[in-house]
Amino acid sequence: MASIATNQTILVVGGGISGMTAALEAAECGRQVILVERNTSLGGRTAQLYRYFPKMCHPTCGLEINLRRMKANRNLKVLTLAEIRSVSGKRGDYTVKIRLSPRYVNEKCTACGECARAVETEIPNPHDYGLGKIKAAYLPHAMAYPLRYVIDPSIIATEDGQRAKKACKYDAVDLEMKEELVEMKFGSVIWATGWKPYDASKIQPYGYDRYDNVITSIEFERLADPHGPTGGKLLRPSDGAEAKNIAFIQCAGSRDENHLRHCSRICCMASLKQSQYVSEKGESKSTIYYIDIRAIDRFEDFYRKVQEDPQVSFVKSKVANIQLDEKTGELILKGVDTEGYHRYEARHDLVVLAIGMEPESLGIPLPEDIITDSSGFMEGSKDLGQFGAGAASSPLDVNRSAQSATAAALRAIQSIYRTSSAEGGQ
Amino acid sequence: MSYRNDFLKEVEENVEEGEWVKMCMQCGVCAGSCPFGPHWEHSPQKIFMMIRAGERIQVLSSDSMWMCTSCYNCIVRCPRKLPITHIMHGLANYAHRLGLAPKGQPTRVFAKTFWDNLVKTGRVNELKLTLSHYFRDGFIQGIRNALAMKDIGLGMMKARRINPMELFGGHGLQDLEGFHAIVAKAREIEDRKKGLKNG
Repeated sequence: MASIATNQTILVVGGGISGMTAALEAAECGRQVILVERNTSLGGRTAQLYRYFPKMCHPTCGLEINLRRMKANRNLKVLTLAEIRSVSGKRGDYTVKIRLSPRYVNEKCTACGECARAVETEIPNPHDYGLGKIKAAYLPHAMAYPLRYVIDPSIIATEDGQRAKKACKYDAVDLEMKEELVEMKFGSVIWATGWKPYDASKIQPYGYDRYDNVITSIEFERLADPHGPTGGKLLRPSDGAEAKNIAFIQCAGSRDENHLRHCSRICCMASLKQSQYVSEKGESKSTIYYIDIRAIDRFEDFYRKVQEDPQVSFVKSKVANIQLDEKTGELILKGVDTEGYHRYEARHDLVVLAIGMEPESLGIPLPEDIITDSSGFMEGSKDLGQFGAGAASSPLDVNRSAQSATAAALRAIQSIYRTSSAEGGQ
Repeated sequence: MSYRNDFLKEVEENVEEGEWVKMCMQCGVCAGSCPFGPHWEHSPQKIFMMIRAGERIQVLSSDSMWMCTSCYNCIVRCPRKLPITHIMHGLANYAHRLGLAPKGQPTRVFAKTFWDNLVKTGRVNELKLTLSHYFRDGFIQGIRNALAMKDIGLGMMKARRINPMELFGGHGLQDLEGFHAIVAKAREIEDRKKGLKNG
């Protein structure tokens, strides 16, 4: 490990679509790159989407291309279950401490799945945001990289742990694995730590914490996905009945001085896209409640297409509050329509909050040198050796994240080049 | 009709917190959150749009500002943090000064009765205030109102909250002249702030 970790090496933090892209672009330029991912597998939130807008293709496609590039590149090393503890030093000479958590499964794993069959304990599936259950010995998802099972720490000291070990024919289960702290040197750091959904329960009038049938847009992605907890059926959580009349509420947290100051940019397109999941799956209706539709850039075409869909209607109004009809489990959305100022009380059986994006890094201490904006999105470091990429730097969709990540890779390479030429050549 | 913002400028210059009106993004949360919402002519959201559309007379003669109970739900919920309650009161005050406020609007009538009562002696004379309110709609209705409320009235007398002798003169401030000077000065400062000459 130490042999490639010189001050020419680039560290990419975060293995979502941005981190993978930045790492690959830099590695394909001939740079040594280490990609560090906190979770068990690469792919990040992109892997948790059902489909992308505007072409409605599946994320597996984009991920597969990146994984192929990754497997073919010798300059790139991936660490999963690895978290940055500290970054010190300056441009060209950063010292980074990384904590490696145990997976309890070593590289001998063939992903045969015998351990999962042997284990009885079930845990909330992190890939489905806990909506479904999964065995405590599991493959993170179908496109997981590395393609290796994980054993949940909760069963290590139990009989289930022993069962998993016994079931493995390849001696891949190692219950003795320990947490490690490693220290490495890097010339430049790309922060591709991504985003997280705003805590929907803080939007009190919408009752996300009180009503089962109020869910967030990322949870809806899992419902729509055939690999998700409902097998792709749009079932409302309270009673498992099919959702026939779905409301999408825009700006749930975004553009609100009480919550997130910024426009999260992707949510309008996300809801327009999700309305198409609904229309494709059957007769169900979608209603989109919005302040104004921000289908940025060339996506206006997509918006126009959705406007023509007879199953989708639009109401120009930010919903004021939601009440529950205890008898039917329906939700009553109350507000005033801006086009005519009509007061409405609309009933829906499922409400999807187009939840705003905030930086995943929020609440985690960053290196002192890092500049962030008023919402916590990262610009980079003052010494021009560290860079924000993708949704860590601004609320971006997959496409723009990849662009941003490519730009960050170029900046990191320039930074290393500049530092080494100042030192008198490589 | 062309889009003119003369009235928006007028509101910004003369109405308390009026400079916030242009910040409204017409999301409708204030209108939807207002507990009195269904009962008034124009919601705050609509009033702000009407101001920007230059509908001066319709705005200033609206009863909406007078219906506000200052519950502050709109201020708490407004995504742009507009001080909506204060703007509504500012508009009511401005309309009143211009003489455009709706004449028989009960909140306005009561506010005026209260103010006149207070300014006379520097203290609110509860008995006179109550009676002038009861007899607002004529003598017979006044008697009916008084009879309907007699248990509460007697209870308040027993608890010494109302003194029947207040009907004759009543109590007041010692330095009434000083009090009136304070009120006049306050008015002068307010007028100066709003750019009104000779208030």
